[in-house]
Amino acid sequence: MSGGAGGEGRIAALLGSREEAVLDRWTALVAENVRGRLTERELRAELTELYGLLARVHDDADGTVRGELRAALAEMSRSRARQGFSPSETAVGVFAVKQAVLEAVEESGDTEAYREFARFSAFVDDLGLVTFETYAAEREQVIADQAEQLLELSTPVVKLWDGILGVPLVGTLDSARTQIVMESLLQMLVETGSEHAVIDITGVPAVDTEVAQHLLKTVMAARLMGTDCVISGIRPQIAQTIVGLGIEFGDIVTKATLADALAYALDRSGVSVVKAV
Amino acid sequence: MSREPAGGELPIASHDDVVRVRQLARSLAAAAGMSLVDQTKIVTAASELARNTLVYGGGGTARVERVERPSPRAGARAGVRIVFSDDGPGIPDVDQALAEGWTSGGGLGLGLPGARRLVDEFDLDTEPGRGTTVTVTKWCR
Ligand SMILES: Nc1ncnc2c1ncn2[C@@H]1O[C@H](COP(=O)(O)OP(=O)(O)OP(=O)(O)O)[C@@H](O)[C@H]1O
Ligand SMILES: [Mg+2]
Repeated sequence: MSGGAGGEGRIAALLGSREEAVLDRWTALVAENVRGRLTERELRAELTELYGLLARVHDDADGTVRGELRAALAEMSRSRARQGFSPSETAVGVFAVKQAVLEAVEESGDTEAYREFARFSAFVDDLGLVTFETYAAEREQVIADQAEQLLELSTPVVKLWDGILGVPLVGTLDSARTQIVMESLLQMLVETGSEHAVIDITGVPAVDTEVAQHLLKTVMAARLMGTDCVISGIRPQIAQTIVGLGIEFGDIVTKATLADALAYALDRSGVSVVKAV
Repeated sequence: MSREPAGGELPIASHDDVVRVRQLARSLAAAAGMSLVDQTKIVTAASELARNTLVYGGGGTARVERVERPSPRAGARAGVRIVFSDDGPGIPDVDQALAEGWTSGGGLGLGLPGARRLVDEFDLDTEPGRGTTVTVTKWCR
């Protein structure tokens, strides 16, 4: 005996003889929960595969069926996570089989099968855990992917004027972000030969020592390439916090607004802006 | 207004956790009616201390909670308290750690002294080999 779903084999036998009925019931129970987002056909196909494996777990001497079962479940959880199903909607896909099987056992009136049911139930619970773990891991992955996309989206380097680049920072400036900002800034400096860059932090919610250190590093790296950086968009609350922390920006020019910084950089490049008469 | 955000204890085991501590501090400070300047100060202090917990304490927890002044002045009774704890190596020389510009890592050495200035109450409890607990409170003005 493999100690799995089959037990002494009464449930395995039941799974074999009552396949249609149990599968119908299982599909119906799950369908209630995922209403509309999966067609009955898709669901049925998915569960038929799982069912086939469940029915074979009984004589699974070397564990191949178990492995396949886990893989199939993991696949199902992953796609549920990607499609935005909730954890419980995903788990019910597995747990509902207990209900369907229990009903079949009750109908059969087989007391041996009843006794085996406890073990079957525990086995399905284990499978539920697999489902849940895969689901959670996949959600984390989805979130990480989104964060990465945001990361790339929110760190553009734009040309403000001939010889003047703008780096509008939005969000939290962590090490990964800083690396990307620094790389794209230095890349653009090479491509455009700009002598000025304005790093605007209007969209950065807080400047702590880590952010400050990253900013300083970026400015120093640009300086090594012959570019002068101005930091703009230091809002009042950020200014007070920077002073409170005791951070010093040294000889780096800072301006309250992006407009001030642009005017400064233009002036330094010898461009004067005058109103047309 | 919408639901008051609940305080709570958060793990600090990764940089993402530091961000979560910051966000919880921000939402409690805003809900307590703190000015934008004070919100930014407590959030920045939280950021510093959470990162120290992670980097030097080897990870730990942050308990973020809303507190009430025992003898409130009208309209200025609420505050936010955060307790950072770790079971790390502790700080052998507290005066040195609190000195401006001193770092054992590659930092600016401004986190501890800076955080202390940004809050209204600051308590540092540490013992070599036992761990470090830093408690900070910021009151609404
Ligand atoms: N939780 C802690 N456990 C052990 N040591 C700590 C802890 N917090 C701070 N320290 C010690 O105190 C020193 C000073 O901390 P502080 O936050 O002021 O500076 P830093 O973290 O080195 O640099 P910065 O915060 O400016 O980036 C640290 O370098 C570290 O040696
Ligand atoms: Mg620090």
